[in-house]
Amino acid sequence: MVETAERVRNDVPPAQQLEALTREAESFLYHEAALLDEWRLDEWLALMAPDAHYRVPPLDLPNAAPGEALYLIDDDRQRLDSRVRQLTGKTAWAETPRSRTRRLVTNVRVTAADAEGFTASSNFAVWRFQFDNTDVYVGRYEHTFVRSGEHLLVKERKVVLDLEALRPHGRISFIL
Amino acid sequence: MIEVPLLRRASPSTMVDEDPAAGSFRVHRGAFVDEDVLEREKARIFDHCWLYAMHESEVATPGDFVSRKVDGKPRMFVRVPAGVLRAFFNACPHRGMSVCRKKSGSARTFPCFYHGWTFDLQGKLVALPDAAGYAGGADMSGKGLRPVARMETYRGLVFVNFDAGACSLDEYLGNAKEYIDLMLDFGDGEVDIAPGQQRYSIRSNWKLLVENSIDVYHAHSTHNRYFNRFLPDMGLPARTWLNVSDQAPGRAIALDNGHAVVETMVRSGPLMKTAATELAQVRQRLVEKFGEERAAQIADYGRNLLIFPNLLFISTWRTIRTIYPVAPGYMEVDAWALLPRNESAELKRQRMDNFISFLGPAGFGTPDDVSGLESCQRGFFDGADAPWSDISRGMHGTPVAADELQMRAFWRRWQHLLDAVPGPRSYGDAPRASNAPACEHESACAEGGHHG
Repeated sequence: MVETAERVRNDVPPAQQLEALTREAESFLYHEAALLDEWRLDEWLALMAPDAHYRVPPLDLPNAAPGEALYLIDDDRQRLDSRVRQLTGKTAWAETPRSRTRRLVTNVRVTAADAEGFTASSNFAVWRFQFDNTDVYVGRYEHTFVRSGEHLLVKERKVVLDLEALRPHGRISFIL
Repeated sequence: MIEVPLLRRASPSTMVDEDPAAGSFRVHRGAFVDEDVLEREKARIFDHCWLYAMHESEVATPGDFVSRKVDGKPRMFVRVPAGVLRAFFNACPHRGMSVCRKKSGSARTFPCFYHGWTFDLQGKLVALPDAAGYAGGADMSGKGLRPVARMETYRGLVFVNFDAGACSLDEYLGNAKEYIDLMLDFGDGEVDIAPGQQRYSIRSNWKLLVENSIDVYHAHSTHNRYFNRFLPDMGLPARTWLNVSDQAPGRAIALDNGHAVVETMVRSGPLMKTAATELAQVRQRLVEKFGEERAAQIADYGRNLLIFPNLLFISTWRTIRTIYPVAPGYMEVDAWALLPRNESAELKRQRMDNFISFLGPAGFGTPDDVSGLESCQRGFFDGADAPWSDISRGMHGTPVAADELQMRAFWRRWQHLLDAVPGPRSYGDAPRASNAPACEHESACAEGGHHG
C-alpha cells in the first residue's frame, strides 16, 4: 500500500482526536519495543489479534501484495504462534544464545482511523548484537490496530525494511 | 637445517586428503580461511566455469534489462528487439561508469551520465557528445559496450562464462541436464522466476554453503525446530511428508564435472494441503505427458542439485540459489523461487509460502544454517589444533542421501581445478571406467582451466 497525501487527508481524524491517537500509538509502540528487546515474547504475542498477520515484504518489492511476491515473512496467526514457540524453545539455534537488540521507534504518524481502529506508521532502527557482530536493521513499521475493549490489538504488523540486501546481516532470526 | 616453526599455520598444497581403503576423506580447513586459496578459486574456477546469471523470464519483453553482479563483476543483461538476449559489462568503455544504474527495468537506450555517451540495446554507441574532439570524429564504431565473453542458456537458465575458450554450456552441464529437467518440469509447463529476490550474506566461506545445501545429514539436528516444532504446530507430523532415512534412504549421485545431486522420496511439500487437489491434477497431467515412471521421478522425489561450483536447485522449496565468495570468511547468497507459469494464484501462493516457511533469511530453516556456518568459520580460526574437516560418511559402503558422496564429488573437482590437472568426467567414490575428459577444450571446465 502506497501512502499518498490524499489518502492521509481523507482518512485522518480531526486534530484533537489525531493527537490522542498518536499518543496512544506511541505508547503502544514503545511498550511493544520494550517487550521485544526484553524477549518477553509471550506477552508480545498477547498484543496480537486472533487473525493477526506479521509480514516483511521483499526488499526489492516493498509494495508487493502478499501472495504475489516472495515475502521474507508472511505469518498468519498460526505461524506467528509457532515462530514465538520456536524462539522461546531450545532449538532455535540462530537465537541461541539470544541476540541483544535495541530498537528506536520514532516519527509516529496515524495514517488512517475509523470506528474499528486505526493505522500508524513509524520509523525504526533495530540494533542487533551477537557473536561480536553489530547489525542495524532500518525501516518502517506499519501497524493496523483494532480495538478490543480497553485495549489495542494488532491486526497487521508490517515491517518494511529499507535495506537493499540483508548484507551483512544474513538473517532475520528474531522478531523485528 | 633446523626447521623454524611458522607463526602462521601453513596449509598443505593439497587440501583434499583421501584414503579410500581406510574410508577416510578430509578437507584441510585452510581451504576456508586462506586468502591465496580464494585467489586461486577466482582465477581457476570462477573465471572458467559456467556461472548462473539469471532466468530468461526476468527479461521477458524487448527492452527489459537486469543488472547484477556475477562473481562480483557488474554485468547487465538486455532483451533486444529481435527477442535475443545480450550480456554486457556494465561499464562505459569511455571511463568505466556503470551505464545501467537500476537493478531491473525497461529501457530504449543506456545513457552514461558522466559525459553523455549513450548506447542502444545492442550495446552500440549511438550518441557521442562533441565528437569532433576525437580523432575518428563521429565514427562511433568500436566504442560500444563490451559483451561478456560467453553467454549460453539451457531451458531459460542463463549462464555466462568469462573464458572465451570454455567448452559449451551443454557440454559443461553434461548429465546434470537430466536433473535440471526434472527440476523444471514439475509444473507441467513453462516456469517463471517469482517476483521478490532474496539477497543475503553469510559470514563464512562460500564452500560451507555448498556443502550445507546438499547435506541431508544435518537436517534433523540443525533443523530440529522445523521438524519437531513448526510442522507439528501446523498439524503436520514430519513423517507425513519427509521419509526419514530409516524408511527410504534416498541416494546421492556424482554427476559430470563435479555436479552432484541428492535425492529422497517426498510425497509433496509440507504446506500444500489446501492445494492438494490442484497438485494431484498437475501430477496427472505429468503422467499423461511423460508417463507414470517419469512423472513419479518428477513429482515424488525431492532433490538438491549442485551445478558446480555454486548453483543450487532445491526442489522441495522450488528454489534457485547462487553463492559467491567475497572474502574467505564472507559470501553473498541470492535466491529466487521458480514457479510454474500456468498454475493458479492460490497454488503459487502455497508454493511461495512453503518456500519461505523454511528457506531464506527469515524462514524457520535458513537462519539456523546461516548461524551454524558462521559458527564453523569462527571455529576454523582455531584450526591449528583441528585442521581437518571430515567428509567421509558412506565411503565404506553404498552412500545414501544422508551420506557425503555428493560433497566429495564437489571437493575432488575443486582440488582438480585448483591444481589445474585434467580430471575424470565424474567424481564419485568409485570412478567409472570412463575417464575421458568431460570437455575437449583445454582451457575449459573439466580440464582444470588454463590461467595465463
